[in-house]
Amino acid sequence: MIYYIGAIGLIIIGLYIVLTKRNLIKIIIGLDLFETGIFILLICAGYVRGGTAPIFSEAGIDASLMVDPVPQALVLTAIVIGVATLALALSLAIRLYRHYGTLDMQKIRELKW
Amino acid sequence: MRRIISLVLLTIVLIGVAFCLDAIPFGISQSQVRQYYLDNGVKETGATNIVTSVVVNYRGFDTLGEVTVLFLAAIGLSAVLHRAEKRQRKEGRRSSLILYTGCRFLFPLILLFGTYIFIHGHLTPGGGFQGGAIIASGFLLTILGCWKWGGINKNAFKITESISGLVFVVVGLLGLLYSGYFLANYLPKGLPNNLFSAGIIPIIYVAIGFKVGTELTGVLDDLTKEP
Repeated sequence: MIYYIGAIGLIIIGLYIVLTKRNLIKIIIGLDLFETGIFILLICAGYVRGGTAPIFSEAGIDASLMVDPVPQALVLTAIVIGVATLALALSLAIRLYRHYGTLDMQKIRELKW
Repeated sequence: MRRIISLVLLTIVLIGVAFCLDAIPFGISQSQVRQYYLDNGVKETGATNIVTSVVVNYRGFDTLGEVTVLFLAAIGLSAVLHRAEKRQRKEGRRSSLILYTGCRFLFPLILLFGTYIFIHGHLTPGGGFQGGAIIASGFLLTILGCWKWGGINKNAFKITESISGLVFVVVGLLGLLYSGYFLANYLPKGLPNNLFSAGIIPIIYVAIGFKVGTELTGVLDDLTKEP
């Protein structure tokens, strides 16, 4: 239960940062927090109490105590994709800074909110 | 005003998510897919790491899509940051002897560890994505610590990346040829818990490891060059 609360807390904090902050770097940090919260939420959904990793490394391991491998497979690719998209977002921020000389979203034209 | 609106919105999101999660009891996994993979995974794919068999075998096509997304992000980053004139890394202060020596000592060990992680992806925790990320972190160490290192050889990295992507697709297409569907596991599966087992899974994971490692290193190289 505490894991769910932590994951939802991260999601809410990230969403709040994305909605209210003006600085582009802070918005990107908020997106990353949001993403981390989603990863933790997915992993928690597949957790089995007292469970182990889904690896049959030796004979006689009880399969009923293994955690769900599907969310783990999803999250392991999503983390790497998350790093790459974060880098892409940062490069867009660099480009915007070069063009407008500021990272404030309200000073960048046509983005009023 | 903006804060109030966003707080109201967040409250709505919080209530919605809380109601959804109320239906999923924590600590009990009732998913039938999980049961199927755990019961039949080793028999059907030969890989003892069930996560790997899900990533590469059962959902291999999905992984090909994810690798493509990664590729597009790396390409987009170098396109966005591209400048016509040649960019140089600024000649910084020379790092101290301890940092320089330690960095040169650790770099091959980190590469070795990353390679170990992706070669043993079907037996132990780890795999192509994790091993590639470790290799990229080794290159990040040289970028930060050894100022003499003038940047990576872009062409060699591009060629490695293309070849490993091609290996993934060609292995998948051979599955179409031999067994009738894309990414079929047509090689002999061998004994579980051996290095040479699980058919095409190690080959694909090594290709993914090279691809992720070179792509993330290219991303780091683009981001650290002076504009």
